[in-house]
Amino acid sequence: MSDFLVTIGLETHVHLKTRTKMFCGCKLEFGTEPNTHVCPVCLGYPGALPVMNGEAIRLTVTAGLMLGCEINRFSTFDRKNYFYPDMSKNYQISQQAKPLCLGGGIQIETPQGVKLVRINHIHQEEDAGKIIHYARYSGVDFNRCGTPLMEIVSEPDLSTPDEAMAYLQSLRQILVYAGVSDCNLEEGNMRSDVNVSVRPVGQTELGTRTEIKNMNTFKGIYAALEYEIERQLAVVRKGGVITQETRRWDADIGETQSMRSKENAHDYRYFPEPDLVPVILSEEQIAQWRTALPELPSARRVRMMEGYGIPEYDAGVLADEKQNADFFEACAKISGEGKLVSNWFMTDVMAIMNETGKSITESTLTPESLAELITLVTDGTINGSTAKELLPELFEKGGTPGTMVEERGLAQVSDSGEIDWFIVEVFSANEKSVNDYLAGKKAAAGFLVGQVMKLSKGKADPKLVNSMIARKLAEMN
Amino acid sequence: MSQTIDVAYVAELARIALSEEERAAFQSQLETIVHYVDKINGLELDDIEPTMHGQVSANFFREDVPCDSLDRDAVLSNAPARTESEFKLPKIVEDA
Amino acid sequence: MEDIGNLTLAAALKGLRAREFSAVELVRELAGAVTRRDDALGAYLFFDTDAIVQQAAASDQARAAGIDKPLLGVPLAVKDIINVMGEPCSCASKQLAGYTALYDATVAGKLRAAGAVFAGRTNMDEFAMGSSTENSAVKLTRNPHDSERVPGGSSGGSAAAVAGGIAVAALGTDTGGSIRQPASFCGCVGVKPSYGRVSRYGVTAFASSLDQVGPLTKTVEDAALLLRELAGFDRHDGTTLQCDVPDYTAFLNEDLKGLRIGLPQEYFIDGSDPEVMSQIKQAIERCAAAGAEIVELSLPHTEYAIAVYYILATAEASANLARFDGVRYGHRTANPETVFDLYAQSRAEGFGTEVKRRIILGTYVLSSGYYDAYYGRALKARTLIRNDFAKAFESCDVLLTPVAPTPAYRIGERTQDPLKMYLGDVFTVPASLAGICGIALPCGKTESGLPVGLQVLGPAFGEERIFKAAAAMERVFKV
Repeated sequence: MSDFLVTIGLETHVHLKTRTKMFCGCKLEFGTEPNTHVCPVCLGYPGALPVMNGEAIRLTVTAGLMLGCEINRFSTFDRKNYFYPDMSKNYQISQQAKPLCLGGGIQIETPQGVKLVRINHIHQEEDAGKIIHYARYSGVDFNRCGTPLMEIVSEPDLSTPDEAMAYLQSLRQILVYAGVSDCNLEEGNMRSDVNVSVRPVGQTELGTRTEIKNMNTFKGIYAALEYEIERQLAVVRKGGVITQETRRWDADIGETQSMRSKENAHDYRYFPEPDLVPVILSEEQIAQWRTALPELPSARRVRMMEGYGIPEYDAGVLADEKQNADFFEACAKISGEGKLVSNWFMTDVMAIMNETGKSITESTLTPESLAELITLVTDGTINGSTAKELLPELFEKGGTPGTMVEERGLAQVSDSGEIDWFIVEVFSANEKSVNDYLAGKKAAAGFLVGQVMKLSKGKADPKLVNSMIARKLAEMN
Repeated sequence: MSQTIDVAYVAELARIALSEEERAAFQSQLETIVHYVDKINGLELDDIEPTMHGQVSANFFREDVPCDSLDRDAVLSNAPARTESEFKLPKIVEDA
Repeated sequence: MEDIGNLTLAAALKGLRAREFSAVELVRELAGAVTRRDDALGAYLFFDTDAIVQQAAASDQARAAGIDKPLLGVPLAVKDIINVMGEPCSCASKQLAGYTALYDATVAGKLRAAGAVFAGRTNMDEFAMGSSTENSAVKLTRNPHDSERVPGGSSGGSAAAVAGGIAVAALGTDTGGSIRQPASFCGCVGVKPSYGRVSRYGVTAFASSLDQVGPLTKTVEDAALLLRELAGFDRHDGTTLQCDVPDYTAFLNEDLKGLRIGLPQEYFIDGSDPEVMSQIKQAIERCAAAGAEIVELSLPHTEYAIAVYYILATAEASANLARFDGVRYGHRTANPETVFDLYAQSRAEGFGTEVKRRIILGTYVLSSGYYDAYYGRALKARTLIRNDFAKAFESCDVLLTPVAPTPAYRIGERTQDPLKMYLGDVFTVPASLAGICGIALPCGKTESGLPVGLQVLGPAFGEERIFKAAAAMERVFKV
């Protein structure tokens, strides 16, 4: 591939985290009965008029500030005209001439180092409804029609599918941190149109691009990009020409396909939206929103490292998802043991998250209960294994560790007299192992420790067991 | 700027099926009208700001507070074709 | 009760309040008049006597219980483009035949709250596109003064009903003259409020930056009474302004002394019907004799207004009417095979010729390659037209002009020549583009008895001024 350069640009549509739609007061809720959150405005009834959701504007500007954009002090809306059954007015209210945010960018890690992926602009628009395909007809549900969308248009600065992933993941993280969107891919909160072209090394003019629209998952985007790049390279290497067109990604067969639809050549006939007056943002307003900005993930990483004494690696893992970072901080504040909390979270809690497929906010584990569990270990009430055994239950069902330990008698046995009794029992039941040790097989000691743990139903303090067995064996030597 | 308007193309953009008679009639009528409105090309407009709205104002916002939605049955009863819960259409072959 | 044909809104209110007659008696008289005259006039698309009587009875009960409201019991005819919940809203189009409104327009809600009775839905040019009501897909409306002539449009049904004595008062809409011109042709009063003065929510949109709802009445006082109830900021319409609504009826008793009346020369050049010009000139002389100061001035960009209007209005309309696609409501073609078919056939069957013509023109001027030359330029030219009026109002209080270059013309006279039809809007369109307010009132008649109307224009949100002037003129002209 070294004889060709690849250029990728992404247009990402993000659902904003508002309670109501962009231009009417219908409630936003995922997964409700079709056509139950509709009104004359979002249904495009005769005489209906749009009225701007102020919160949506604030969120888009917040995103723009987080992404380093210039905020347009004077911003207007336009009608984008095209016919489709999920469009209730057969025009979409969008922004073309004067969008809310201009410029900005996201830094991504590449094998060659840090790269800035520039943003062209961010604009506000509204989503369409949903078409459901049945065997002999199609149905339309307008619940989603009118949802506030923020469209983030990148410059064609990306060069590989991996870079595209890094950009999207970074973007998603920043938007979730900003509280601007949940970016829940399963709910279709974040969809991208992918533009890709190839050109020979040395040519400055970009090649003809194709567009793959409405990609929902990052995996899908990655696979589609890989395929489409190969497809274009194959065509171009044979001396062929790329047709500028929209293609559809078919995940089942793993190919992009040309769309024969007439919708391909759109003349959107943009013109200023007469029903919506301009948005004029004052310096004071923008400054106020700027001071209310949440932390960027990178800033949070640094703060967690310094505030809780955890290494960079840990901070990176924890801050990857805002919910995890929030949980960690809350827990570390209570426990006072940042590194311990970090270890427990990264190793054990995240393992359970992976197994169950549940996020931390979906689980019943609270910062208080994890902090309590850790404290029970550090003060010797229970041992590490016992704690690890309790964790899944705390994660899936909830509960207070202290109470559980008491009710179930899980407290660690630390009384040397009791442990001695266990050791005597084990030694007498395992004379061969004892002799093996005395004959030089040092590993036998571990076996004996294990047997004591077993006999004590895991409750014996392993450190004490180890040291007492070691002493006893040494005395027998 | 004298025109030949591609009425068939514009009618397709506007999703209106025209008979050949209509297309021909519109062809000449619209060319007459467009020739008339062409007179605005005689105006000196370089330094003039466009008037995009009926009146000058800005910042008309709504609170992000839910309002009642319409009753679904009432809505679907206005539809030319419906299922229990959706607006019904002929099968759409292509996904946008 | 005086003859229902002459009963004004003010007199109806007075009579109802004085218990001279009940609302039920009033609407029964009205229904009788409609039955007798509307076959010939064709003003109404719907007149459900039973439903109207029911509303009237409810208002009588309220009044008996001691309640009074600004319009309690007063019957109003409504142009069939304004949504009134539960009633039809056909816009005189096949596209919306059988459509029932699911919600109240804001103006309907306000009238409801004021106690008015919704009494009939009037004929109009289809989707408000036209100047003669001949573009109605349903029926023909005739001018009450001469049944071979048009009532004007697009609010022809409302004007004919009021002037024909079969409505006490009516609502219309005005985009390029559609209240003022039929008022002039039929000999009644019509007001186009300033843009943003009255809510458009629930009024089927033709041109979003131009449409306004306004009253058609027998007197200036009635128009003031009605506009006072219609006007006001609406949180459902982002183009309404936060501006108090004055009590317009408080400005009706002044005289013309010292009023500076501007006469824009471009409205008085050759080309208008001589009888119209003669009536207007006489009216001006009477105003001057009553103490008004006449100021000659110029609105230099008047000649471009029709061009600008037919670019901007049709462009906006092409987008506003895209929603009529047979998917969610309205007419759908039988047996569409594809979605493209569904759209193209439904709209072909549902829309009349003028509507199709304007949609195609509007789509064309927005299309790729033509936007800058037409739509882009028209937006700028609109600024020049606005500025003309702003400048004019620096040297006068109100402007006075004819409403139309001719009196009502014959039915069928202009239907074959769209451009000729459009050019009849020459005196009303500029004020629409500028967003200012205007009132049309009768000032005389031609030899053959056709009404001639004059137009009083005021600055945006200056309705008090035009009511003051028009009320005084109305008194002067009656003498």
